[in-house]
Amino acid sequence: MISELIINAFLVSIMLGIGIALLKSRSVIYTVLLTSAYSLVAALMFISLDAVDVAFTEASVGAGISTILFLAAMAFLPREEEKNVTSQVFPAIVCLVLGGILIWCSYDLPQIGLASSPIHQHIAPEYIAGSRNDIGIPNIVTSVLASYRGYDTFGETIVVFTAGIAVLAILKNNKKEVKKLKSKKKVLDNG
Amino acid sequence: MISSSLGVWNYWVVFLLMMIGLFLVIGRKNLLKKIVGLTIFQTSVFLLYITFGKIQGGTAPILNNINDTIYSNPLPHVLILTAIVVGVATTALGLSLVLRINSEYGSIEEDDISAQDLVDYHELIETNKNVSAKFKK
Amino acid sequence: MDKNPILRIATKILFAPIILFGLYVQFHGDFGPGGGFQAGVIFASAFILYAIVFGLEKGKELFPLNINLFLLALGGILYGGVGIASMLLGEEFLSYNVLGTSNQAGQHIGILLVEFGVGLTVSNVMIALFYAFADFKRSGETK
Repeated sequence: MISELIINAFLVSIMLGIGIALLKSRSVIYTVLLTSAYSLVAALMFISLDAVDVAFTEASVGAGISTILFLAAMAFLPREEEKNVTSQVFPAIVCLVLGGILIWCSYDLPQIGLASSPIHQHIAPEYIAGSRNDIGIPNIVTSVLASYRGYDTFGETIVVFTAGIAVLAILKNNKKEVKKLKSKKKVLDNG
Repeated sequence: MISSSLGVWNYWVVFLLMMIGLFLVIGRKNLLKKIVGLTIFQTSVFLLYITFGKIQGGTAPILNNINDTIYSNPLPHVLILTAIVVGVATTALGLSLVLRINSEYGSIEEDDISAQDLVDYHELIETNKNVSAKFKK
Repeated sequence: MDKNPILRIATKILFAPIILFGLYVQFHGDFGPGGGFQAGVIFASAFILYAIVFGLEKGKELFPLNINLFLLALGGILYGGVGIASMLLGEEFLSYNVLGTSNQAGQHIGILLVEFGVGLTVSNVMIALFYAFADFKRSGETK
């Protein structure tokens, strides 16, 4: 048990290091690569916390697809980030105050791993028993996702579908329309 | 004592990561940095939720035939699975908007964009004044 | 990039096992970690790899955009269709008990179909996102 906690603390410290490096980096390619590394270390952390489905999804989606999209978008964007003209003191103060309040509240949270904390009492034993008796499949996460909370998964599928067609609509390349708009603007300017 | 302090360190770092993500969203002017900050914030919230679901001495929530195994709580896993996929959909949409903004305005710094908007707005007011003056004659 | 022999040969060797692994993860989501989302992303990554190494035109030849958009919608319709089917058979929306001969059989069938719909939608959305990003040219370019 203590070794698990040490592994967790080590991995989470790596994530903190990556976060601090992201604060300081100015070049876009380093930012994208550090984000990908961040997702990968988060996936390792999820395995250490017994969440194997979530680790699978985070590794494939976060460290895979998200990085591909960032790299594909980066081909069209400027390579360096410019220095801030205005001061960043006010956002920093807001973040520090909020962080202080959250850390003060963290003393009320239950200890990690306690089996008697309220989150484990209400409906989780029912789902675990139901997955064995009523549904009959070993993977409890799939049975909850597809059967007990199937309506949420339906909504999520529609969300992914909507994001796909929204991106297709935004990035559609209508060169004829652009030329028509530019010629209209010229007529307005001259007349 | 040492196990409880290591557990508290876990929570503290998650909150620090949340604040780093929030600072990148509200403090930086580059639009791409804002989206990266959003990603960091989301992933740290996922970490917090999964930490709540862990049971000491438990195992992954996949049934095996041994009696009396303790399984970690599957409900946070399900919620976070949905949240991860919704997060990538949001990131993709945000990136496509950044690409279009870049192709229209020529830069992705927020200061440049709002300055150009202000100039365009004043130009629009001038054009409207000229056009309405022509009609009033 | 397709002049480089290592990338070309590695892609050709890896393409089929990636798709096979994606299908394995999809249909074994009941017995181990896996399910629709993970399988969809793995399936999409095979086509994205092909498009990156051999060029976007060849990638679009392999998997045209109309089939992509058709399958994207088909996934959502499959999921809603399972719900409507259970409504037509007398129960509420998305209750799988009536889809088979016994309760457990009905749940198995329902979960399999539903996860397949999710996997279809997610994989085609990822491929469509990649095509949209890679195809984007700055407006006003004369080409």
